[in-house]
Amino acid sequence: MPSSSLLDKAAKSKYMDLKTFGITQAMYIWVDGSGQSLRCKTRSLDKEIKEISDLPMWNFDGSSTGQAEGSNSDCFLKPCAMFNDPFRGAPNKLVLCEVLSYKMEAVETNHRQTCAGVMNQVKEDHPWFGMEQEYTLLDVDGHPFGWPKQGFPGPQGPYYCAVGTGNVYGREVVEAHYRACIYAGITISGTNAEVMPAQWEFQVGPCEGIKMGDHLWMARFLLHRVCEDFGVVASFDPKPMNGDWNGAGCHCNYSTEKMRLPGGFDEINNAVEKLSKRHNYHIQAYDPQGGKDNMRRLTGLHETSSIFDFSSGVANRQASIRIPRHVGEEKCGYLEDRRPSSNCDPYTVTEVIARTTILNEEGDVVLKLNC
Amino acid sequence: MPSSALLDKAAKSKYMDLETNGITQAMYIWIDGSGESMRCKTRSLDKEIKEISDLPMWNFDGSSTGQAEGSNSDCFLKPCAMFNDPFRGAPNKLVLCEVLSYKMEPVATNKRQTCQEVMARVKDDHPWFGIEQEYTLLDVDGHPFGWPKQGFPGPQGPYYCAVGTGNVYGREVVEAHYRACIYAGITISGTNAEVMPAQWEFQVGPCEGIKMGDHLWMARFLLHRVCEDFGVVASFDPKPMNGDWNGAGCHCNYSTEKMRLPGGFDEINNAVEKLSKRHNYHIQAYDPQGGKDNMRRLTGLHETSSIFDFSSGIANRQASIRIPRHVGEDKCGYLEDRRPSSNCDPYTVTEAIARTTILNEEGDIALELNY
Repeated sequence: MPSSSLLDKAAKSKYMDLKTFGITQAMYIWVDGSGQSLRCKTRSLDKEIKEISDLPMWNFDGSSTGQAEGSNSDCFLKPCAMFNDPFRGAPNKLVLCEVLSYKMEAVETNHRQTCAGVMNQVKEDHPWFGMEQEYTLLDVDGHPFGWPKQGFPGPQGPYYCAVGTGNVYGREVVEAHYRACIYAGITISGTNAEVMPAQWEFQVGPCEGIKMGDHLWMARFLLHRVCEDFGVVASFDPKPMNGDWNGAGCHCNYSTEKMRLPGGFDEINNAVEKLSKRHNYHIQAYDPQGGKDNMRRLTGLHETSSIFDFSSGVANRQASIRIPRHVGEEKCGYLEDRRPSSNCDPYTVTEVIARTTILNEEGDVVLKLNC
Repeated sequence: MPSSALLDKAAKSKYMDLETNGITQAMYIWIDGSGESMRCKTRSLDKEIKEISDLPMWNFDGSSTGQAEGSNSDCFLKPCAMFNDPFRGAPNKLVLCEVLSYKMEPVATNKRQTCQEVMARVKDDHPWFGIEQEYTLLDVDGHPFGWPKQGFPGPQGPYYCAVGTGNVYGREVVEAHYRACIYAGITISGTNAEVMPAQWEFQVGPCEGIKMGDHLWMARFLLHRVCEDFGVVASFDPKPMNGDWNGAGCHCNYSTEKMRLPGGFDEINNAVEKLSKRHNYHIQAYDPQGGKDNMRRLTGLHETSSIFDFSSGIANRQASIRIPRHVGEDKCGYLEDRRPSSNCDPYTVTEAIARTTILNEEGDIALELNY
């Protein structure tokens, strides 16, 4: 068990109870040059922070995070969304930020800016999203947590939504994370153990517009930070174990106001039709490697669709788009896009869905999947 | 895990809750003959301590700290700055002291007295300082904390401002230290994980004049004392690991009132010009070995400038002096002197900067770096 979790938490707790004399600790959090990892640093503020505009712009050394050159390394942090801090308690804050270059332009992995632009264009349609974030807990040696060392557990079957020792690996982390999210103000809607042992899922939503990306990124940060306290690693890799083991996705449930109203089923079908004509364009947006990550996951087996073909169907978990059974019956509701990878950027995912189904953008692309 | 941390904190806590019947514990703290390590001892006072003048002079055995001969060993402790005690709670105090010889003159490693004289002379310029103290956490065997025993972690890249097990080593210590500093009354402005794993940084400031040295030395004391509770070691060595691993610095951000006012950019450039003419004089003041410690750190690699050449630039982390990007745009603000070593004496550093840029002292020297 590695460093931080080795240190005595009782020793730390008496320090955390000390008076803070009106000082607020604000932890600024951003997505780094990988487009997958998160970074953070903290500053003291001598006033209570009530809203985002109370938080100043900040900067950091982008050459250390793959976001700038050493000779011209300042990158700016622009506060975008604020949450309560479950680790330090009130009145301290966690602040999700956009990264801007020294020219005040969005850096390459800042996908929030264009997403916010699109969400602003489509705000009258009230697009709602709910994302099902799957992930795998790993031990520090990289092997899935709880799996026998240099070995494997029994085949998939007993683990999904399971209870009982040997069926469930790492529930403590999940419980802690759920509460941390609730306290922080994340719209976390649920959690369950997944098909592969040590694999879990939590759901965030429904969130309207830009909030989906904000809440999901912050929920990911909370998971990594909670895992520090337990000495385990949360992996968002879409296919952590080869063989007869499930991959990890980030299914995106989606609806517009029209879809949710009575008779909305037509609107849902329209959306599916539009999505069917831009399969590759979406695939390219659904993982940070333009589809290469999803190649390992979307095989057509293990409850996935094939990466090459678009399909849809009511209650069909082997399709690209699944229409839940009850939506088919009530003739309104939402659709589930099962294609996004667990390590997708939710800003990118939600943006392309809005572009295709609300802004009616057309045209597909050719996938470049040669490794 | 070594001694103090092994002892039961629950056992201690019931004693710490006992009534103290009006007795104040004042811990006198000073810098020893090494110019790097700190010492402390406590006395009881039967009254509440409201200000520095309430604290009497004291003395100690200087022959045990490399500060006097055995035959004539009394050294005096002159209280200079007072802080709340986060370890013993209110109303107890931590008292930073100057060390005087039996002739009431500053001993060799008492750099505060001359610093204070200079700061008194320049007080109308309102010099502000903000120091970025880097340090490395070590295990009791001297190896960086959390690193594999007899081995190394993966290369630098993922650790700067990181989150997650395996990316961050020792966060509990940092959290505890931050709160201890806030409670004590240190002007701690922030913290972040650094580029090398187990390396951290905290920032103290802005502090005017002599306060910079007082607050930074006390913050260092708090770090050592907090580390006792966790059984780890804080090292201020500027190059703890050879190879492709960052060193540790103590970058000094600096401004005068003129620099902070609109149009202050000219004043900043003037200061840089003056500093450029006394490079060796400053280098000699920027570590306790006249430059020999910094020789190991300032190589021109790992975001440092070369020890031999002076350079400056906007947003350039490879220069001796960096002007932050936003200062270049606002045309006023501050400069960052990146040369001081992590084990520098902040009194010496701030005094040298004030002498060169406000008192306009001139002339450079030759460095004596031969072993």
